[in-house]
Amino acid sequence: MQFGIFSVSDITRDPVSGETPSEAERIDAIVQIAEKAEEVGLDVFAIGEHHNPPFFSSAPTTLLSHIAAKTKNLIVSTATTLITTNDPVRIAEEYAMLQHLSKGRMDLMLGRGNTAPVYPWFGAEIRQSLPLALENYNLLHRLWREDVVDWEGKFRTPLQGFTSTPRPLDDLPPFVWHGSIRTPEIAEQAAFYGDGFFANNIFWPKEHYMRLIQFYRQRYAHYGHGTEKQAIVGLGGQAYIAKRSQDALNEFRPYFNEAPVYGHGPRMEDFMEQTPLSVGSPQEVIDKTLTFREHFGDYQRQMFLMDHAGLPLKMVLNQLDLLGEEVVPVLRKEMEARQDLETAKPPTHAGRVQDKYGDGPVRQPKPNANRGDNVTGGSPYQDSQ
Amino acid sequence: MGQNFQLVVVSAGTSDPSSTRLLADRVAGRVTTLAGKRAQTVGTTVIELRELATEIANALVSNHIGPKLQKAIATLRHADGIVASTPVYKAGASGLFTSFFQILDNDLLIAKPAVLAATAGTARHALVVDDQMRGLFAYLRTVVVPTALFASTEDWQDNGLNKRIDRAALELVALMTSGFEKTVRDESWGSYQHEYGSAGGTELTIDLDSDLMRLAAGGA
Repeated sequence: MQFGIFSVSDITRDPVSGETPSEAERIDAIVQIAEKAEEVGLDVFAIGEHHNPPFFSSAPTTLLSHIAAKTKNLIVSTATTLITTNDPVRIAEEYAMLQHLSKGRMDLMLGRGNTAPVYPWFGAEIRQSLPLALENYNLLHRLWREDVVDWEGKFRTPLQGFTSTPRPLDDLPPFVWHGSIRTPEIAEQAAFYGDGFFANNIFWPKEHYMRLIQFYRQRYAHYGHGTEKQAIVGLGGQAYIAKRSQDALNEFRPYFNEAPVYGHGPRMEDFMEQTPLSVGSPQEVIDKTLTFREHFGDYQRQMFLMDHAGLPLKMVLNQLDLLGEEVVPVLRKEMEARQDLETAKPPTHAGRVQDKYGDGPVRQPKPNANRGDNVTGGSPYQDSQ
Repeated sequence: MGQNFQLVVVSAGTSDPSSTRLLADRVAGRVTTLAGKRAQTVGTTVIELRELATEIANALVSNHIGPKLQKAIATLRHADGIVASTPVYKAGASGLFTSFFQILDNDLLIAKPAVLAATAGTARHALVVDDQMRGLFAYLRTVVVPTALFASTEDWQDNGLNKRIDRAALELVALMTSGFEKTVRDESWGSYQHEYGSAGGTELTIDLDSDLMRLAAGGA
């Protein structure tokens, strides 16, 4: 199983010190947070995508490529990449490039984005977000699998003889997660293509996405990718850890009370009881996280939200020490011990290369000489017809 | 044959006892009596919004539906008839009352019969029920009985209020008895707008043949 952290990239005033970090400070901090994630033995670091203040992450592949260069084992990912307002052609190009530079230590999670004003800035409208997401991904899926694509859809300008470059590393498209908590169409698309499905698991009642994950598993099996238990599921969650529970409650409370999204709302204790949030000792966080598989089945990736709501860098790094040293090793052992033998392994580049090629040769596309376009003649690559 | 109806009273009254709750209780009492004459039984559940005030506010600002609110939603889902009663503040229904109904899924109350009632300190607020509250309940696709109930302080001494309560109660019994809600829901539920998990978490139909589902599966 893979464990990691995901960041929304919010730049929030620290309610204790009263200070708001600058964009420069927060961007420096996120790189340190990602490096720390690797240092403490986490598997994945993922960043969100936003195009408005107070968020900094508008260019996730630039950030992730930098982080990949500074780390050795960490998988870099997104939470989420906007499949609605981004051109799928640019997603294909940018993430293939990231895949090469990170030597396959990457994947991405697609989401629709729920900030209405962002859509028109990119020539779209939020009411079309679902068909837009579905159509864009249908195109993205082909761009990474076909050297030359002819395509026509409802939203984007048509493509004739288009080749997305570079081709994916080892001609193996990046692994894709589809994030959703209440949209059956997104679960269906993930199942149809045999991709991963991710529920952010921040809000309960969880029954909605419990059923949606079950639907995804059924459809994954229906489309012949494997059994229901072999479907690839990821979950989010959030935690604040201290050696003593009371310290955790005291330290996190001011941040909880003013957190974006749910701050100024429910009492922290009620929110802990009613949602996946754990605030407490390492053992309390372990116990709560272990309940997730009882609700959702065995799954491949557990992500934690740890750097939001104005928590200062020092506290976040300390959280990562506790997460990496005291929580994740126990979770890894316990989860894997309880796992059904049928459960799929989490997606990694090496594992997927093995699945695709076995011991056979791995395709390395080499382009033909420049002839000015892709439209005339055959394949732009030497090894294909 | 004796039918059994679930009547749900929603009261936004704030004192205890409150005239808002009292008005709703009088309706519920008359509904029970009138139904009894037709060999029907009525079980009444009361939702006091005062007790849900914090969770209502939380739900409005954070989308987080607390446990008391979930229970109230489940109660309303099973209602055969609703009596919704609110005090009037500043020429409008109490914000607590409208906030509660604004949180509900759009399809939770489809075709349910409802009596609307309001109380106020002055008769000048008399049209709040017909002018303002009906619109909210029309949006929710409920069937509001023709008689609107309104009681200002002087109405409590006037037998006219009792007559209007009788009228509204009978109208509600007639609508519940007609099976209107069941017919609409059995035969036409799919023609209203729903989201996955709406209707209080019970709308879980997935239509694999929709255009969007075909697009999800590669668009073929």
